[in-house]
Amino acid sequence: MLSAIYAFVVGFIVLNAVVGMVTYVTLLERKFAARMQSRIGPYRVGPHGLLQPIADALKLMMKEDIVPRLADRAVYNLAPIVFLVPCMLIFATLPFAPGLGVADLNIGILFFLAVSAMEIVGLFMGGWGSNNKYALLSAMRAVNQIISYDLPFLFVALVPVLLAGSLKLSDIAAAQPDVLHWFIFYPVIGQLAFLAYIVATLAAENRVPFDILEAESELVAGFRVEYSGMKFALIQLGEYAHMIATSFLGALLFLGAWDGPGSAGSPWLGAFYFLLKAMFVFLLVTWIRWSFVRIRVDQILAISWKLLMPVALVLLMATAVVVTWKGPVGG
Amino acid sequence: MDIEGRQVLEMGYAGAERLTMNMGPQHPSSHGVFRAILTLEGETVVAVDAVIGYLHRCHEKLSETLTYTQYPSIASKTDYVAAMTSELAYVRAAEMVGKIDVPKRAQYLRVIAAELQRVASHCLWLGTWCLDMGGALGGGATVFLYCIREREDVLDLFESLTGARLLYGFHQVGGTRYDIPAGWAQKCRATVDKIDGRISEFEAMLESNAFFMARTQGVGTVSRELAQEVGISGPLIRGSGVNYDIRRAEPYSSYEDFDFKVPVEMAGDCLARYRVRMVEFRESIKIVRQALDGLPEGPISSRPGVKSVGQVRIPKGEAYARVEGARGEVGCYLIADGSAKPYRMKWRGASFSNLAVLPHIIPGHKVADVVAIMGSVDPVFGEVDR
Amino acid sequence: MLTHTQARPLIQERLGIAASGEGPLLLVEAPPDQWLALGRLAKAELGCGYLSFVSAVDWKEQGLEVVARVENLEAGFALMMKCKLGAGETRCPSLVPVWRGADWMERECYDMFGVRFEGHPDLRRILLPHDWEGYPLLKSYAVDTPHPPYR
Repeated sequence: MLSAIYAFVVGFIVLNAVVGMVTYVTLLERKFAARMQSRIGPYRVGPHGLLQPIADALKLMMKEDIVPRLADRAVYNLAPIVFLVPCMLIFATLPFAPGLGVADLNIGILFFLAVSAMEIVGLFMGGWGSNNKYALLSAMRAVNQIISYDLPFLFVALVPVLLAGSLKLSDIAAAQPDVLHWFIFYPVIGQLAFLAYIVATLAAENRVPFDILEAESELVAGFRVEYSGMKFALIQLGEYAHMIATSFLGALLFLGAWDGPGSAGSPWLGAFYFLLKAMFVFLLVTWIRWSFVRIRVDQILAISWKLLMPVALVLLMATAVVVTWKGPVGG
Repeated sequence: MDIEGRQVLEMGYAGAERLTMNMGPQHPSSHGVFRAILTLEGETVVAVDAVIGYLHRCHEKLSETLTYTQYPSIASKTDYVAAMTSELAYVRAAEMVGKIDVPKRAQYLRVIAAELQRVASHCLWLGTWCLDMGGALGGGATVFLYCIREREDVLDLFESLTGARLLYGFHQVGGTRYDIPAGWAQKCRATVDKIDGRISEFEAMLESNAFFMARTQGVGTVSRELAQEVGISGPLIRGSGVNYDIRRAEPYSSYEDFDFKVPVEMAGDCLARYRVRMVEFRESIKIVRQALDGLPEGPISSRPGVKSVGQVRIPKGEAYARVEGARGEVGCYLIADGSAKPYRMKWRGASFSNLAVLPHIIPGHKVADVVAIMGSVDPVFGEVDR
Repeated sequence: MLTHTQARPLIQERLGIAASGEGPLLLVEAPPDQWLALGRLAKAELGCGYLSFVSAVDWKEQGLEVVARVENLEAGFALMMKCKLGAGETRCPSLVPVWRGADWMERECYDMFGVRFEGHPDLRRILLPHDWEGYPLLKSYAVDTPHPPYR
């Protein structure tokens, strides 16, 4: 009974922390992008724009909820929730520090990847239920793209699994005890896997250059076009939560998770380092987002099936060979 | 949607469901008010019906009610992005019919204004084209903001010259209305030097980007014959291998005094048009420097001191005057009847003909290519609809 | 390569019309039944592949006149073609079979003047809404004709 209450409380805290992080990550992105474009970014709302996300959240909550007359109401209303829930659920498996996490499953990474792929259902529901051709076109592209890129994403994420010898996320983190042993520094395989991971993340998150899903200039917000107010906020929340979760995963798989000077002693310091590394991965993706133009959907699919998939498979096989020969790093 | 007598250009695709999608007048990348009714098969565009006329103000009727001194300020509202060249077409037509001389200083000032305007217009083109291709939340916005920053410097120059940033009223029949203020020449040189360096940066940034090349190479190819038949001009026709530049074909306003290159590319796709415009940036800057160096002294108008709006009367006659605008051949066919107002003025808008090529080249491309092609065609709807 | 000096006698010989105008600007006035023939001659034999514009002028009692300008970009000469339709007449052959760009330009002439181009594949209004009444650029159409502000 007590452990159930404890689990509930921990889950609640993590959920709120995630929502808070999502809102402030939007501010981070806006400031970062602004500096890249020789401007300042949000500045007026609160000191240096620090209250901007609060203002945005309040605004979205107070907006009128407009439902198109011919929209499929059940599908339309459920879509944001179906989209959001998997994106939040994956945070349950992330260990923020040794012993600090909601549920450190034995099949952690498998659960993460499987559940995160379920957002496609919500996405397609949103596109279909909106009764809007732009939304439908976007949903069709979404299914194409995300499914095509989830496979290389999976294979590349399995490279650290093989190196560590376990599907449990805390084991993978523990297999990187110090800087030299971070999987990103593993000769050749580590760097290639990290690069492939970044590309797969960009595509799985619908980030430019792979954001044909929402292609502002063609489809005007894609599957989100008919949503307003709180439902739109939920979709945004889901997107950014998923983005942060994959950043955390990238930091865990390749950058040593909570490893850093002095982290052995204090788990909270370890969690702080983990956060910094996740933000590094996030900013890397953001940097690419604000530098490139978008490519066409047929080119995106070509990159996935003709380039990324073979590379991921080859990497996985190479890792398997190396691990068989040298043994897993984690033991 | 009950457009009568509509005949859609069919591509003859077999079977498959077709979706009619509207890229409506309100759209982030329609460059103004433009409606394209796309017939799609999956992601491929099978037919395009372009609906224009949302910005139609009937300039041609308006010009019959305004005198030759009143209209030049209104003429700038056709191609409002490159207003200097728009006004120039009209006043040149009036001067051609009335056989009015323009003093040398005024001609050089006109050249400086026109070439600076070309630089500013191409800055906007590059920014909005990358914005369309890259998204308002993405790399496109970055290039857009950089280009707008350069354009603002040129607009500051125009503001100190004429008092206005976008729609000037700089030209008048017989010369120009304003002279360059003290210190303007130095500021102008500094600005064009800075822009010259920045353009090289943008070029390096874009051409080394595989995604940009993938989006623009081989997309929207216009053949030489189609280009001439439809009457497209400017960077579009020069990107398709036809060496046609009005500044060389029929030099006006002392363009024969200047040494500049006219870029021509053979490929005819978006990348070729992009390359033509990037070279044009530099050539325009070259012309501005030469014009500032050789600026002669003298009056700025042969008809100075306009006292009343009906002062300028053009005798009976007709002429077609054209200028090389940023988008192509901007022409004004004027029929004068001896009074202070024209009898008939036909405005040949470059973007109208340029846009007419879209239904011929878009079918067969994907939806994403529509925005890339439209951006490289660079229409301004003031000129299309007049 | 054909020059403008050679073009004039060619027009005289084929169509029996004298070309006026000086230097590289030729001015040819053709009646409606020879309009298309003039167009074909200009494109095929005079090498005028570039269509600059097609428009019309309203000469009040004398009727409408269709004006077209085509150019030979290599040789550097232009041909201004004019066709007086006659008082009260609005029909004119279309130049679309010769130059594809005449499509939109003739639609604009129809929209503004009411000139009906025979042989045009898709003659409908281009700039004004499809249910507009009247042809604005005619001299008989007053500038301040009231029209509904919205559709």
